[in-house]
Amino acid sequence: MTTLEPRMLEPEAPAAADAAPTGHDRMRVDAPAKVTGTAPYAYEQPVEEPLHLFPIVATIALGRIAEIDDADARALPGVRLVLTHANAPRIRVRTDAALTILQSSEVHHRGEIIGAVVADSPRVAREAAALVRVTYDEQPAELGFSIDDPRATVPRRVNAFKHGSYERGDADAGLTRGTLVEADYSLPMEFHSPIEPHAVTAIWHDVSALRPRSTRLTMYDTNQGTGGHGALLAPVLGLLPTQIEVISPYVGGSFGTKGWPWPHLVLVAMAAKRLTGRPVKYAMTRQQMFRTVGHRPASKQRIRLSVEADGRLGAIDHQSWAPTSRLRSYVDQTVSATRMMYDVADLRTIHHAVVQDAAPGSFMRAPGEFSGMFALETALDEAAHAVGVDPVDLRVRNEPAQDPETGKPWSTRNLVACLREGADQFGWAERQPVGARRDGEWLVGLGVASATYPNMYFVPNRAGVRFTGGRYVVELQASDIGTGAWTVLPQIAAEALGVGVDLVDADIGHTGLPWAIPAGGSVGTFAWGDAVVAAARKFRRTHGEHPDEGDHVTATGRMPRGSRGYSRHAFGAHFAQARVSTVTGEVRVDRMLGAFAAGRIINPRTARSQLIGGMTMGLSAALHEEAHLDERFGHVVNGDLAGYHVAAHADVGDLEAITLEEHDPWFGATGAKGIGELGIVGAPAAIGNAIFNASGVRLRDLPFTPDRLFDAWGQPTASGTRATSP
Amino acid sequence: MAGHEVSVRLTVDGTARQVDLDPRVTVLDALRDELGVMSVKKGCDHGQCGACTVIVDGRRILSCLALAASYDGADVTTAAGLGTTDHLNPMQQAFADRDALQCGYCTPGQVCSAVAMLEEARAGMPSHVSPDVSDTTVDLTDAEVRERMSGNLCRCGAYVNIVRAIQDVAGQDVARAGGGAA
Ligand code: FES
Ligand code: FES
Repeated sequence: MTTLEPRMLEPEAPAAADAAPTGHDRMRVDAPAKVTGTAPYAYEQPVEEPLHLFPIVATIALGRIAEIDDADARALPGVRLVLTHANAPRIRVRTDAALTILQSSEVHHRGEIIGAVVADSPRVAREAAALVRVTYDEQPAELGFSIDDPRATVPRRVNAFKHGSYERGDADAGLTRGTLVEADYSLPMEFHSPIEPHAVTAIWHDVSALRPRSTRLTMYDTNQGTGGHGALLAPVLGLLPTQIEVISPYVGGSFGTKGWPWPHLVLVAMAAKRLTGRPVKYAMTRQQMFRTVGHRPASKQRIRLSVEADGRLGAIDHQSWAPTSRLRSYVDQTVSATRMMYDVADLRTIHHAVVQDAAPGSFMRAPGEFSGMFALETALDEAAHAVGVDPVDLRVRNEPAQDPETGKPWSTRNLVACLREGADQFGWAERQPVGARRDGEWLVGLGVASATYPNMYFVPNRAGVRFTGGRYVVELQASDIGTGAWTVLPQIAAEALGVGVDLVDADIGHTGLPWAIPAGGSVGTFAWGDAVVAAARKFRRTHGEHPDEGDHVTATGRMPRGSRGYSRHAFGAHFAQARVSTVTGEVRVDRMLGAFAAGRIINPRTARSQLIGGMTMGLSAALHEEAHLDERFGHVVNGDLAGYHVAAHADVGDLEAITLEEHDPWFGATGAKGIGELGIVGAPAAIGNAIFNASGVRLRDLPFTPDRLFDAWGQPTASGTRATSP
Repeated sequence: MAGHEVSVRLTVDGTARQVDLDPRVTVLDALRDELGVMSVKKGCDHGQCGACTVIVDGRRILSCLALAASYDGADVTTAAGLGTTDHLNPMQQAFADRDALQCGYCTPGQVCSAVAMLEEARAGMPSHVSPDVSDTTVDLTDAEVRERMSGNLCRCGAYVNIVRAIQDVAGQDVARAGGGAA
């Protein structure tokens, strides 16, 4: 293991213009527009005389529409269109069942879009939608799942092309060696909940009825990748991808929900087609954000592992059960990180899926890794406690020399350095035995957990470089969802071009630019960066150091040749100090430190923000986030931000991220790895492990709400004291 | 509802505006849908997120919970009225300096909230975490700032940077500094 110099990411003074463009702080170029509220998000793009849409959604979980009575809605002044399956445009290419809306009377899940009203104002559209009376023939829906569910099946593949099941060695035999640790874990259904809800304005320009290919559709949308959205929507709408223009320069957060087109986009496009030439606007309500735009499916997991007295793991059996929608299947790769994380010879990992009559789930920040590493990293803490080994040491002792799943060497793996450096900076040595640290009514403890996130760079990207007005513009269909792409891509281009970063602009966030994959899977900076470097080098080869106005090249960035010979992941370690009130059961997180080895850091300022943002979302999941799906009716009971709690200012104490020097050429030309998802992986486990160290209570179900502490302690009596107290 | 419009006058970021409105329209929707003022954001429309925070007659309000008809004559300041991209308000500058934003969608509300919050603290208004609610001098600790800003959610998780940004300018007269109309 090389020695690594930690670096603090606390923002420093912006780099002088002559400094190397990458590796230095660069202030977010869109910060002035964003702090003044003048960066135009989807709903804010100026259009002439817009009409407004409000959807009609199913109020049963399964069945058929018997009748739709829209007479009152049509009679309301200002109503332009009532769209239902009776009059909607036909969808001939059915690539995605969730997008195939308004084609029949069938209802597949509660909240499914079954129609829309378009009117002169948002108020009238909403009022009219409420006046549409729908009657149904209802059928019993299948909702709810459990561990060992008899209906469960094992998918061949789960999200990110991971295998549904994977074994090595002999897990059953391995589990008989050493101490057996066995427990069940659960995570609730979670919602991405970006503060900007989905919003779209669609304009269907019918240029000539005689020439159908002259039709154009413009969509001002909020998404993680304009080209991907256009390509996926085109066949559904009977268009070629080149006929759809998607514009999404600013995205008010996403975390996965804006990574894939959802049915409201088809709905708004259909309405626009019926109202050719008029912009049709739709701003999703917060309540609707809990219906048809994906979620992290709940999961229940069982881990059995054996551990020797010295902390070496013998075997792991890690299985997950998760619901999947009958309409469109989606299963998180929950147990996949367990396959590569530690040096375990005997292993069994299986995903089980249970079909439900519910809305489709989707990828949410670190899908799979987030859920699976919560369970695994909690189980490791249990193992460490069971054999009396320090939890940091236990992880170090199980460090694999190469990827135990593939046998490939690591491209870079600096988990041990993250654990050691993080422990040092956090003050891990002050950790006390379980239940030993008390501060008034509070019990205080420290916890640790590892983080990992794989390289998800699968397809080549293209980028252009243009010289105009004495400046360089880097062009590609990248998207800045808060990650800093507007800021970082010029840094990468400037370095490759050999010019100051202040001479480079980005042109991203709309179609008509060179193809790039959506901002997802934490690949943006390094995968797009490859294409940007390729384009910059080609530009210099083609046009030299003194280009002429308008000079332009486009180039393709590909994964480094030979990179498939390596196992490529980013790593990190979370440390948390939690306190638990013996009076209320409340958990507070005093401080968190994340130490990450994530390749070369292009812009420490935006990188730190992504990492602390991930940690904050992990803290939020640990303490608050929990959607309740009513298994009788199929709706999310707490579907808004009053019911679905996310962390607020007051929840977040002292939280810091550090990165270790690392350069990984097998991720790409920039040497960078992905950081958008790494920061959330393992964070809830570190907090849960701190709760155990504080209180002796082992919580295996997210979130760690006071009722769960009380359940563990015994019920409070009428006088407010507990039957059993720590 | 046609025919039942009410006339509402608002001063928005220093400019007098008049609009005839459906009486159901909130200040937020009047700004965004009727007046095209997009420097105020909608995150929930139910007072749950703080994205729509604006400063009205010196106080921060959730504009999604305010009916425009009852704000006739009000002086409304959005983030665009506090400063411009060329001439940021000190609070906006501090947000940029501390990278106290990611997607930026909560940011205009955070900035308005922070500016008005400092005024509240200066006026001696206590919070839930103030040790002595009768004490009219507020010691603006990090805990005080966090408590007072908890109506403004940031899903990107920029909280620690937002608190640093606010502390950078706490004590300065940010409501009146900068290029805007507040
Ligand atoms: S939009 Fe007003 S509080 Fe969320
Ligand atoms: S910056 Fe994205 S919600 Fe705050």
